Amino acid sequence: MKATAIRAGFLTSVQDLGRTGFRQFGVSLGGALDPHALRVANLLAGNNESAAGLEITFGGLRIQFADERLIVWCGGEFKARIGPTSLDAGHPALVRAGEEFSIESRALGCRAWLAISGGVDVPLVLGSRSADLRAGFGGVNGRPLRDSEEFPLGENPQRAKLLIDQLRAEKIARWKPPHDWSSTARRTPRLRYIRGVDWTRFNDVAIQRFATEPFIVSPDSDRMGIRLDGPRLERREDVDLLSEAVAPGTVQVPPSGQPILLLNDCQTIGGYPKIAHVITVDLPIATQLCPGDRVHFTEVSIADAHTLLLERERNLEQFRRGLESHFK
Amino acid sequence: MEISPLGDSALLIRIAENFDDAPEDALNKVLGAKRSLEVAKIPGVIEIAPAYTTAAIFYDPVRAIDAGAPAEEVVGWFERRIREALSKEDFGRADRGEKTPIEIPVCYESEFAFDLEDLARRAGLDLEEVVDLHCGAEYRVHCVGFTAGFPFLGGMPRKLATPRRDVPRKAIPAGSVAIGGAQTGIYPVKSPGGWNVIGRTPLRLFDPQKDPPALLRAGDRVRFRSITREEFERSTT
Repeated sequence: MKATAIRAGFLTSVQDLGRTGFRQFGVSLGGALDPHALRVANLLAGNNESAAGLEITFGGLRIQFADERLIVWCGGEFKARIGPTSLDAGHPALVRAGEEFSIESRALGCRAWLAISGGVDVPLVLGSRSADLRAGFGGVNGRPLRDSEEFPLGENPQRAKLLIDQLRAEKIARWKPPHDWSSTARRTPRLRYIRGVDWTRFNDVAIQRFATEPFIVSPDSDRMGIRLDGPRLERREDVDLLSEAVAPGTVQVPPSGQPILLLNDCQTIGGYPKIAHVITVDLPIATQLCPGDRVHFTEVSIADAHTLLLERERNLEQFRRGLESHFK
Repeated sequence: MEISPLGDSALLIRIAENFDDAPEDALNKVLGAKRSLEVAKIPGVIEIAPAYTTAAIFYDPVRAIDAGAPAEEVVGWFERRIREALSKEDFGRADRGEKTPIEIPVCYESEFAFDLEDLARRAGLDLEEVVDLHCGAEYRVHCVGFTAGFPFLGGMPRKLATPRRDVPRKAIPAGSVAIGGAQTGIYPVKSPGGWNVIGRTPLRLFDPQKDPPALLRAGDRVRFRSITREEFERSTT
């Protein structure tokens, strides 16, 4: 009931859908930076959609399995294999005891989420199995996986067992989810946003530039946020703001004028003005941005943001029902 | 009371206009509002996070829509329910704030107090005076954040106010008690930080194995008590 990370890669951590209910104590949401990708992968691996999987940054991961498992990965464009056989994003695949899964060089994007049937079975801490790397708890000892490290897996769920039986001959399922669910990186990324709480604090030039000019992703980006280099965004007046809540998707602008797009490990509060908030359905695209990538921002209404999110949830619901009838 | 979208899954409610002029009043209003909103159990609400003059409501738009919110008007739907929840009750009082202060033992000896001498020199005080002033006041937790369990404490004697260091430290040890501007705070976990470190508490401010995980929450009253190096050692073992 375990697997071994023979090579842990650049940054691989255990993540589920994150922690809620503890923001008032300063605990970040955390969890998979692209929760939709993890949910899709989990459903395809026969798991409950909130099971813990692995978040892999920049690849370099090699895992050996001690028993039979169903695995699925979703995210950027990577070269992944089971033994010598290549495994494309979104396809459920059977790995046998002793077999190795590896995810190597990336062609586009920087992150992938791997679901393993049974889920990664580390203890729940504050309601989640996610590693909080900043506070140092959750996941495997509150830190990223290390080379040669074992991690526990839960028991294969009934649904996974059924599919494992079906895949004994062909090993890799021919079907996969919609392409933009399993492969989320974009060649010309454009992030839709709604106006930020402090939108009117910025001058017209800043607003114009934010909405039209490209921003370049800085190497100084991580699970807390994506730092962007580009036109300097200036405010009308330089007043100190009181700290207030921020959230994944918030685009805040420190005095340097260079915006930061916050991601799941961001602080719960911040005192920089918030120019915009990237909408939930576009955050998966944001989490694939690599240092040097160019990104544009486009405004939408909050009603559009909600309609798009609703549509995605309804589609996922339909997908879930489809899988359930398939596994019966 | 202003309610603005903080992205498509949260709303920021501005409850008090100003903080520094009347911190007690703002804090009580915000905490009272948080309680009223929790009691209201608005469908789709995940959690409520207070900070100084605001409370943020985090919600799941799909659950709200399933509970009857029109997809094109989710914000308005929440806004009506929030205003209704906050009109019902006089939320001027917060009971936690009326409890006896929580005592935090602090060892102010030099090995833990990296910036105490500099701070004292700036303030024109000797070391004992700084410690006496810091221990003499009663504080209130204005906000928790920055890192898990980090309390921002208001009520510090003005004489101790000191700007943050120009160059933040890369790692401040867990338990460090520090001063940043007019506030004092405690680093619950080892983290980078720019505040002036004046001592260390043996208490654990954040323990993820406990619920609640933080020793202090917004509204709590706090006092510091100076302890010796020996007492510090005894409490940590």
